[in-house]
Amino acid sequence: MSTAASSPQGKRPATPMARQILEHRSLLQRALALPGEARFVLAVLGLVKLAVLAGVGFLVVSGALDGRWYDIRDLGNATAHFRDWSARNGVPSAVPYLLSGLLGGLAILSLVGGWLVIGVWIERRLIAKFQIRQGPNRVGPFGLLQPLADAIKLLQKEVLIPLGADKLLFFIPPILIFIPAMLGWAPIPWAAKMSYADVNVGVVYTIAISSLGVLAVFLAGWSSNNHYALLGAMRTVAMMVSYEIPISISLLAIVLLTGSLQLSDIVAWQQQHSLWMIVILPFAAFTFLFASTAEINRTPNDIGEAESEIVAGFHTEYSGMKAGLFLAVELGNALLVGAMMSTFFLGGYTFFGLETWVPGYLILAVKTGGVYFVFVWLRATLPRFRLDQLMTFAWKFLIPLSIIQLLVVAVESTIIAQSGLPSAVTLGGAVVVNAALTIFGVRAWANALGYVPEGGSASTPIMTTTMGGLRAAERIRAAN
Amino acid sequence: MESPGIILAFWILSAITVGGCLMVLIARNLLHALVFLVLAFLGMAGLFLTLSADFIAVAQILIYAGSIAVLMVFAIMLTPLAARDNSNSLYVLPALAAGFGVAALIALVAVVTPWHELRGEALQANAPVTTVAVIGDLLLGRYVLPFEVASILLLFALLGAIVLVHERSREDSR
Repeated sequence: MSTAASSPQGKRPATPMARQILEHRSLLQRALALPGEARFVLAVLGLVKLAVLAGVGFLVVSGALDGRWYDIRDLGNATAHFRDWSARNGVPSAVPYLLSGLLGGLAILSLVGGWLVIGVWIERRLIAKFQIRQGPNRVGPFGLLQPLADAIKLLQKEVLIPLGADKLLFFIPPILIFIPAMLGWAPIPWAAKMSYADVNVGVVYTIAISSLGVLAVFLAGWSSNNHYALLGAMRTVAMMVSYEIPISISLLAIVLLTGSLQLSDIVAWQQQHSLWMIVILPFAAFTFLFASTAEINRTPNDIGEAESEIVAGFHTEYSGMKAGLFLAVELGNALLVGAMMSTFFLGGYTFFGLETWVPGYLILAVKTGGVYFVFVWLRATLPRFRLDQLMTFAWKFLIPLSIIQLLVVAVESTIIAQSGLPSAVTLGGAVVVNAALTIFGVRAWANALGYVPEGGSASTPIMTTTMGGLRAAERIRAAN
Repeated sequence: MESPGIILAFWILSAITVGGCLMVLIARNLLHALVFLVLAFLGMAGLFLTLSADFIAVAQILIYAGSIAVLMVFAIMLTPLAARDNSNSLYVLPALAAGFGVAALIALVAVVTPWHELRGEALQANAPVTTVAVIGDLLLGRYVLPFEVASILLLFALLGAIVLVHERSREDSR
């Protein structure tokens, strides 16, 4: 930033945007400018919280909590104890299963529902920060009630059915697309014993559930009797069908390494070896991240509903809360993919031993939020790909390289399982080999496809250094 | 041995499956028929689940409800002769013959199977804990030859599809 300091920012007449940034104090400045009483109250509250945390920490260390029903580090304990208790007291065995099933379903529903209430606000504020804007800040404190106002607005709107639409098929898709978005949460382990349905074919289940949405998208587009809707549907279906293959292959590499299709086993493998999948399979992690942005229609790959080209894609003709359902599913799916990415590649509910102290579901939530932040970051940064670029990227780049990676991982997993060497040696070797092969393979394949980077190899993005970003905001503040 | 929940689930899922299949025949619109077909597929997957065949159930959803339904959608969209009508087919007689053949095969299997040996404790003693490992072992062990033949057939189908739709590039475009 040495060149930035010498640039004549201060002498230039302030643009309206620069003036706004000057007038808008940063969060730290606002926190320091609080009145003395508020600071005192905050300090007392902080001390109380520290004391409570210390007490809980003492309980955890002393081991008094381990395995008790009130051990909130793993809500599965409570269910297991309830099951034992009802078995001892002659309650029919259906009751605890039914009750825990209902409660778990309610928990998932309220998690996604709560996310819909707060997630829109978070995403819009984050994107606003990326673009040096304020974001929604009028409805309620900090604009927090904005999603609620949006929902009320959507509920009030009339639900139109276009003339010539297929009534039955127009009615089904908003429901059909919501079901997989809920079912996808079932196998995700939130703590060692805490997952809604720890099916032993979890990986295949995940892929199968995500493939159900394709039909809903197509039906929505076809039944609308609208060119834009049909175009959007065809684009989305083609994209989803193409990107399911790299997702499946990259998950298959994980299955080869862990030797299990169960999600809790995959997390347990990462915990046992203290090794995140993203370290040992970097290309699979990238494939999963990129392909799932295509699956859930987010911005680098959102050609299915590109606003500037085909109105709103496959849900152009939907109005009122039906359109709201599509948007809600999109937002919920982004969170779901974040949870899956954390479970498959980022160690799930574990964090190198921290999970014995802190509830596992909090760790998973933080990781999920992190992946979601990456999604928002990508959305705020990257332009949209063209349809042919996306398809070429899937079929000519991701799929061949994923298959090569699958072969390499098959050999590696055989070596890890069969050779008597300690796992640290074999896994370490695999990490090094995979990293080298990923870099080499990506470069070689890009060369073979004839990819030439435009304008030489820019080491830093030109746009961010010259035009925007938090650094630029700091520079404007510092110069004045 | 059978818990009431399983029996209830069986009847509900059977009703969904049979009703879906019936509606496939009744629906006049081809895409409506497709939607009911997917419903029948999902009902079948549920029936597999009640039989503890979880891998088959998930594979049913993945392959039939997920992939084959989308394939049918594309077939309906891209075939001009397949009008939107679910009208009478030219192949009534072959279809009837094939249907009766399949029904006869299923009936034969139902008669031949020694059901009295495969129920109660005998069945539970034979049941594997997880089906995935057993299926994997069988596919790559005892049935490796059919497995490989099927994969080669699929590979040929893939190549054939590419060759069929491949457009010869003109001289000027690369």
